[in-house]
Amino acid sequence: MAERCAVIGVGQTRYTTKRRDVSIAGLVREAALRALEDAGLTFKDLDAVVIGKAPDLFEGVMMPEAYLADALGAAGKPMLRVHTAGSVGGSTALVGAGLIQSGVHERVLVVGFEKQSESNATWALSTHLPFSSSLVVGAGGYFAPHIREYMRRSGAPGHVGALVAVKDRLNALKNPYAHLRIPGIDRAMVESTPMLWEPIRYLESCPSSDGACAIVLSSEQAATGTPAWVHGTAMRSEPLSRAGRDTVSPQAGKDCAADVYRQAGVTDPRRQIDVAEVYVPFSWYEPMWLENLGFAAEGEGWKVTESGATALDGDIPWNPSGGVLSSNPIGASGLIRFAEAALQVRGMAGEHQVDGARLALGHAYGGGAQFFAMWIVGREKP
Amino acid sequence: MSDPLTAEHVLEFPGGYTRSTGPVIGRFLTELRAGRIVGVRTADGRVLVPALEYDPATGDAVTGEYVEVGPAGTVTASAWVAEPRPGHPLDRPFAWAMIKLDGADTALVHAVDAGNPKAVAPGTRVWPVWRGERSGHITDLACFAPEVTRIVSPVRVPYTLQAGGALRVFLEGIRRGVFVGGRCASCGKVYVPYRLSCPECGIAIGEQVELPDTGTVTTFAINNLPDPRAPEVPFVSAYVLLDRSDVPVIALVGGIPAHEVRQGMRVKAAWVPESERTASMANIRWFAPTGEPDVEL
Repeated sequence: MAERCAVIGVGQTRYTTKRRDVSIAGLVREAALRALEDAGLTFKDLDAVVIGKAPDLFEGVMMPEAYLADALGAAGKPMLRVHTAGSVGGSTALVGAGLIQSGVHERVLVVGFEKQSESNATWALSTHLPFSSSLVVGAGGYFAPHIREYMRRSGAPGHVGALVAVKDRLNALKNPYAHLRIPGIDRAMVESTPMLWEPIRYLESCPSSDGACAIVLSSEQAATGTPAWVHGTAMRSEPLSRAGRDTVSPQAGKDCAADVYRQAGVTDPRRQIDVAEVYVPFSWYEPMWLENLGFAAEGEGWKVTESGATALDGDIPWNPSGGVLSSNPIGASGLIRFAEAALQVRGMAGEHQVDGARLALGHAYGGGAQFFAMWIVGREKP
Repeated sequence: MSDPLTAEHVLEFPGGYTRSTGPVIGRFLTELRAGRIVGVRTADGRVLVPALEYDPATGDAVTGEYVEVGPAGTVTASAWVAEPRPGHPLDRPFAWAMIKLDGADTALVHAVDAGNPKAVAPGTRVWPVWRGERSGHITDLACFAPEVTRIVSPVRVPYTLQAGGALRVFLEGIRRGVFVGGRCASCGKVYVPYRLSCPECGIAIGEQVELPDTGTVTTFAINNLPDPRAPEVPFVSAYVLLDRSDVPVIALVGGIPAHEVRQGMRVKAAWVPESERTASMANIRWFAPTGEPDVEL
């Protein structure tokens, strides 16, 4: 039986296009110190540090964990770096949780970051290696065909993506850390923006952000303050290229959700889970993941979105923080989902708090929708 | 009108005029040569920079007290010089600025190498950039510049990429105008490009299969962002499932307006002329519609 694991501290930076005022070390320290302050601890109280970020090519700092170890108080302590592309923030939290659940450590600091302004992620994701004929331009270029296929299969009307884009940005107006805060955002504004990778419009895409997020994890006996308790953790991956692979609703996502639900005793996610922070970098991924995660039947996800159920005042709010569509420091984006889920069940989400949230899902995916990481956190001990 | 009658003439005292500095300005320039900026204190306690022999406000002599100021200061006013003249301290656009050095009560006029006009404004903090060889002249201060907030860190890693065995088989096929795939002996699926192991079964793939250059568009994106590999914007990047294969390849679709491309559309590779072919995907310009009826997906 695994040891219990709690989230006892959360720290975030205000996500923005360019944090020109801080170095990478200064950025991660800002989040880490806020998480420690939330937990009422200092670097001295930590047993280990786990760092996550997306490809090194984004900042051109190879193995940044080596340079960041002492900036995060890891001198003389175990330090690990995690990388699973866009899902890395979630995987990093789960590696940290594993160190607690296994009984190896009492307190672990988990940090994810990205300083996208140091280069250009689309460039880094489209390096045009010789011999390759791939014509994929950035993440949007990769995901657009799968969104198109979802629309064809489900018969979803074309405006559903815009509904998500508006809903998440309205939520962002309630989150002081959110990057995109667009007063007066509405469907007409979203639909007036150009198609970048049709069917994805500009305002249906995530921004490029600088930022860091940190959480402090602890064992039951070392817990301080207001803990969020981990009820389930799961990771899955699948080959990018496999005959018969369903790129609209990947099997790895379904398997990962089934695993985490089983651990948390969830049989009806829409009813039992109070709030979800799900990795939605392009608006259409909300209805797609509603189906993949079992919140809606196949082909019905767009109807759940259209009904308003995923809004902050709906029966199953998705991304009350504004989500990846509002803030995207890539290496931190998954961890932000996990941290926001914890904030919700701790009752500490501020203006975007879902009333009475007791059980929350944090979700991240990455690569060509081939890496998945999820956790369920609760107000009560499991 | 006939051309005006003109002639060039230069008026220049040979060797340049000399200037006696006097003790106060002399001290200021001597300190500059040593890499320090000093002001002189007035009778009422203010610090004048550059140092003057008298207090311009009262006409009184200054005290003999020299005060090191700066080295940083704050811009109080500036004017942007978009087109520098030959006699200007910098050969690129710069700002003339009034700079109140830390510890001084008056502002010094100097050039600010700010890069662009938005980078200098009242309140901007600037630091001196010293000339390597100093002689006791105001130009010992080459200019001032905003604080260092960012550096550029070029990374350039040249590689030699060698196509592995499987890719070589595939590209040699492409040189001949043939798509080579591989069939898994366990699950029977055909993978293209040819590869050495089945991602589903994990076993070695031995059997090579020559595939037709026709297929079906399963899905696609219309890209409105330019790309060096695409002939125009918008361009269509599509998943093309080659006939008799089980995994789609991503390829450019051409020969049809982007908005007329359809899921289920039948396409065929458009090869470059045989004389131009190499072991490279550049052999295929794009996939173009065959005109056959669309396939039900």
